Amino acid sequence: MSLMQRIRLIFNAKANKALDRAEDPNETLDYSYQKMLEMQQKVRRGVADVATSRKRLELQIKQMQQASDKLTSQAQQALAQGREDLAREALTRKSGLAGQLTDLSAQHAQLQAEEEKLTLANQRLQAKVEAFRTKKETLKATYNAAQAQTRVNEAFSGISEEMGDVGMAVQRAEDKTAQMQARAGAIDELISSGALDDASSIGSGDDIARELNAMSSQSDVEAELAALKSGGTGSAPEALEAADPTPAAELEAEPAKQPQEGQS
Amino acid sequence: MIARILGEGQWDVPEQHIEELNRLDAQVEAAVESGDKSGFSLSLAALLDAVRKAGSPLPADSLHDSDLILPPSDATIEEVRDLLSDDGLIPG
Repeated sequence: MSLMQRIRLIFNAKANKALDRAEDPNETLDYSYQKMLEMQQKVRRGVADVATSRKRLELQIKQMQQASDKLTSQAQQALAQGREDLAREALTRKSGLAGQLTDLSAQHAQLQAEEEKLTLANQRLQAKVEAFRTKKETLKATYNAAQAQTRVNEAFSGISEEMGDVGMAVQRAEDKTAQMQARAGAIDELISSGALDDASSIGSGDDIARELNAMSSQSDVEAELAALKSGGTGSAPEALEAADPTPAAELEAEPAKQPQEGQS
Repeated sequence: MIARILGEGQWDVPEQHIEELNRLDAQVEAAVESGDKSGFSLSLAALLDAVRKAGSPLPADSLHDSDLILPPSDATIEEVRDLLSDDGLIPG
């Protein structure tokens, strides 16, 4: 017997067992219709669950993307200030994130595929529920009139097979969603523990940003000092310039960068 | 003959294609038995393609049961083994 036939036998035996309970065909029809409605609920819940997981992943991908962009601009900033070591550190962290991002994107694609499959299953089931509802009433009349048990059985196996198929699709989607949620939970934990946040939060918290900030505030101070001494802008007290004009002239000639180079 | 691809729906396949399907099916079966993963995905894809190509899709509201049931296109060897076992993938 071929593989396709073996699957069919096992599949149908199993699917029928789930429905084949009532003695009276009319009861069987009502019972299987009930089961179909329950299955529809299940599929809809499945679609909603997969969509929730997908959105969660999208949020995480966005967070990681932002962290990665932040690291790029930090690397540029560090290079502009002559700190290749800091730039290298930022880029190293960025490449770590890139691996995670690729992974998350692949999972996102997988979830999207599951969502599409379930949505299609839902549509097929919907069409069958409609068809079965109409046929059920006809069959009941036929059964009562002509005892057409065979025809009841036929419609019944068609529907139970579909239920088995859809049930399996829901099961597979649930398994994949569960795996994904465990993983998304781990990433959320990573973000809330600060391991990712450190690299992504703006301003404080991130050692690269701290160092860049320290450097730029240092050079701001020097620049302002120079401006004050040269009697330029701002609320510079006149006394400062009057008291010592010589260093101000020196500073004007030198680039403001110099004190900061000594510091690094 | 009506064939169902799990997760996709049903196709009405003319009898003259059954021989070809059986030949492709035997390859899938051999791959499942030997645990040959790449052979499995290639032969499964070929089998499903043959069904889709030779058959015409049944409307979604048809209530026929199938003569043949095929694994979903993204199935793994393990899942097919489960399908063939009593307490496998099929709910119920």
